[in-house]
Amino acid sequence: MDNKYHGNLVVSSSPHIVTESDTTRLMGSVLLALAPAWVASIYIFGLRAAVLSIVCVVASVAFEYIYNVITHKKQTIKDLSAALTGLLIAFNVPSSFPFWMAILGCLFAIVVVKQLFGGLGRNFSNPAITARIFLFISFSSAMSTWPLTRLQPAVDGVTGPTPLALYAEGGKDQISQIPDLWHMFIGFHGGSTGEVCALALLLGGIYLIIRKVISPIIPCAFIGTVFVFGLIATGSLHWALFHVLSGGVMLGAFFMATDYVTSPKLPLGQLLFGIGCGIITMSIRLFGSYPEGVSFSILLMNLCVPLFNNLSYKFYLKEGGAKNGN
Amino acid sequence: MSQRKHLPSIHVPHHKNTAGAETVTMPIPDEVSISMSQNIGAPCTPLVAAGDYVKVGQRIGDVDAFVSAPIFSSVSGTVKAIEQVRGSMGGFETHIVIETDKKQEVSEEVKVPEVGNFEEFVKAARDSGMVGLGGASFPTHIKLNPKNLDECEYLVVNAAECEPFITTDNREMIENGQDVLDGMKLIMHYLDLKKGFIGVETNKPEAIANLKRLIDQNEIDNIEIVELPSSYPKGAERVLIYEVTGKTMDAGVLPAQLGVILDNVSTVGVMAEYFKTGMPIIRRRVTIDGDAVQNPQNVYVPIGTRIADIIEFCGGYKKEPRKIIMGGPMMGRATKGDDSPTMKNTSAVLCFGAEMAEVKEETACLNCQRCHTACPFGLMPSIFADAYEAKDVDKLNRFKVMQCMECGSCSYTCPARRPLALTNKLAKMMVKEASN
Repeated sequence: MDNKYHGNLVVSSSPHIVTESDTTRLMGSVLLALAPAWVASIYIFGLRAAVLSIVCVVASVAFEYIYNVITHKKQTIKDLSAALTGLLIAFNVPSSFPFWMAILGCLFAIVVVKQLFGGLGRNFSNPAITARIFLFISFSSAMSTWPLTRLQPAVDGVTGPTPLALYAEGGKDQISQIPDLWHMFIGFHGGSTGEVCALALLLGGIYLIIRKVISPIIPCAFIGTVFVFGLIATGSLHWALFHVLSGGVMLGAFFMATDYVTSPKLPLGQLLFGIGCGIITMSIRLFGSYPEGVSFSILLMNLCVPLFNNLSYKFYLKEGGAKNGN
Repeated sequence: MSQRKHLPSIHVPHHKNTAGAETVTMPIPDEVSISMSQNIGAPCTPLVAAGDYVKVGQRIGDVDAFVSAPIFSSVSGTVKAIEQVRGSMGGFETHIVIETDKKQEVSEEVKVPEVGNFEEFVKAARDSGMVGLGGASFPTHIKLNPKNLDECEYLVVNAAECEPFITTDNREMIENGQDVLDGMKLIMHYLDLKKGFIGVETNKPEAIANLKRLIDQNEIDNIEIVELPSSYPKGAERVLIYEVTGKTMDAGVLPAQLGVILDNVSTVGVMAEYFKTGMPIIRRRVTIDGDAVQNPQNVYVPIGTRIADIIEFCGGYKKEPRKIIMGGPMMGRATKGDDSPTMKNTSAVLCFGAEMAEVKEETACLNCQRCHTACPFGLMPSIFADAYEAKDVDKLNRFKVMQCMECGSCSYTCPARRPLALTNKLAKMMVKEASN
C-alpha cells in the first residue's frame, strides 16, 4: 500500500469549510456603507473633510500597529476595525477640526478605549464615540466651531451654529435660521463632518441591513424613540422629524450604536438599548444644557449592556432558549 | 401539517458537482480492510480467522448485543490478517484485511429473506446489515423496532442531503427511485404506519421529478414528497422532523418517541434491494469530489476499499491533497491518511488541496451573534465558548449546551473563524463528565 498521504494531512474538527465573510469583510462593508456619507461630506464641506478623514484613518491604523508592535501582539490592522474607528472619529468632529487634536482623539480611541481593555471585542464602549466625548470635553471650543456648508451664506464669517444649537437657544430669530427639513435631509446644515447628510447615512444603513451586516432593531428603536419623544414633547411632526434629521442621530443609530462589541447580544436587549439611546438623546437635547446628546446616550447605553444582556437572558431561558428545545 | 414552519438555517455553497453523474462501479481492489466498528453501539467480533477463504455476502463479523449490526464480506478472497487499526475516532478498531481473488464468488448464505410478519421483517432488517447510510450509522433494525410501535404513525424518509458536495442520496432517488418507494411500502406495511413523507431539498429537481413520476405510476396515495428549502442543515434529524411533521424533538429523544420512524433515503432503497436479492450491504455509493480529485464522480465502492484505490479509479489526484474528509464538509471527519478504508456510512470522500484545507486563523470574537442566529435551535455558542473556558458547567447546562447537534453552522458563519462547533463538543463532554 502506497502510504504517501498518511500522517501528513491536515486533520481538524468539522466543519471543514467556512464562510467567506470574515471580520475584515464585515468591517469593509461598514466602510463601504459610510462611503456615500464621506462623498457627501466632501461636497458639503470641501476638501478639508477628505483630508481630515484620511488623517484620522492613517493615525488610527498607525496607533493600532504601533501598539501591537510594542506589546508583542499579533498584528490586527488588517481587520480594518482601526480604519473604521478612524473614519468615524473624523465623521464625529467638525471638518475644520485641528489635525493634532483629531490625532490625539485617535490615540485615545485606539490605545485607551480599545487596546488597554484587550483590543477588538473586549472594549466596553465604542472607541469613536468615547473619543468624541473626550475631544468635546478637552477642546470644547474647537468641537463647537462649525464651518459653513457650501449653501450657507457667509455673512458673519466662516462658521455658524448647528441647527440644534439654534433650537436650544430657542429665540424667534434663531428658530427662523434653522434650515428646512429637505436641506436637513440632504445635509446642508452645520454639524460634524459625517453626520450632516441624513440621506447618505440612511442609504448606507439600509445597505448594511440588507446585507445583514447589522440588525435593524437598534437603529429602528433609536430613531423611532427620538421621533416619538420629539412628537410628544413638541406636538409637531415637523419638529419630530427635525430631531431625527439633526445632529448625530443617523450616524449614531446606524453606525455606532450598532457596534457588535458594545451592544447587547439578544434582540430584546438590543430593543431596550435602542430605546434607551433615544430617550437619553432627547432628554439631553430638550432638558439638558448641551444642544446634542447622541454621543452621551450611546456611551451611557454601552455601559448598560451587561444589564440588558442579563435581563434578556432571563427571558431567553424562560422561553426555553433553544427554539426546538423544551 | 399544511403550514410548515422553518427553523433558522444558513446558506452554504452547494457544490453538487456530481448531481448529474451516474454511478459507476469500480473494479475490485487488490485488498480491502473491513472495519468491525461500522455502527453506533457494539463493535462486531470477527467470525473468520487469517487464512480463511471468504465469499461475497458472507457474514464475517457479528456480535450478540442489542445495538449492533452484522458485517459482511464485500469481496471473495483470503483473509490476510486481523489487525488493530487506529480509527477516525481515536480509539483502536479491529479490521479484517482480505486479499481479493477478484472472482466475486457469492456466498451460499445469500438468499432472499422470507418475511411474513413484523418479527421476521425486523430480523431480516438486521440480517441485511443495514445501518443509517446518511452518516450516523445507527442500526436500522432498531429504528424499525421501537418500544411504542403502536404509537407510531409516520415514516419520514430523509432525502434532504443538505451537506455540500454529496450527491449519493440524489443519485439513489434518480437511479433507484422504485427501490426507495418499495422500501417505504415495506416499512409502512410491516410497521402499520399510515403515512410516509420524503423530505427533500429543492436543489434536487431531477430526483423530485422522478419520485413524483413513480408515485403517480404506482398510484401511491399515502406517500408525500415534502420539498424543503435548500439550506443547511435541513437533513439533521431533529430539524427534518420539525419541518416535516411540526413536532419538536429534544436532544436524546428518539424519533419513535414522537411517533415517527425516520430513515435515510439510501438506507430505505438499499434495504429494499436486500429484500429482492438477499444480498446484504457489501457496497455503497460514494461521492468522490474535492478540488484535488481528477474526475469527481459517484462510485459504487465495495465496503473496505481504501481511499487511495478509489482515487486511483477516479483518475488520481489533480494536485497534492492536504485534507481528506470522509463524509460532508460540514460534519464529516478528516482522516489521517488515504489508506483509510470506506465504511457503510462513508457517503463521500472529499480531497481538498492546500487552499481548501487551510484552517483559518482564529481572531477575536466581535459579539456579532451570527453563531446564535445561525443555530437551528437558537443556541448561543459564544456563551458556550466563554462558559467552557471558565469551566462553568452550570452555565453550560442553563444555556442548554446538550441540545447542540454539532451541525457546525456556528463555526461556518463565525467571521472571527472561531472553532465554535469544536468548543460545543468539548463543552458537552465537560458536562457529561461533570454529571458522572
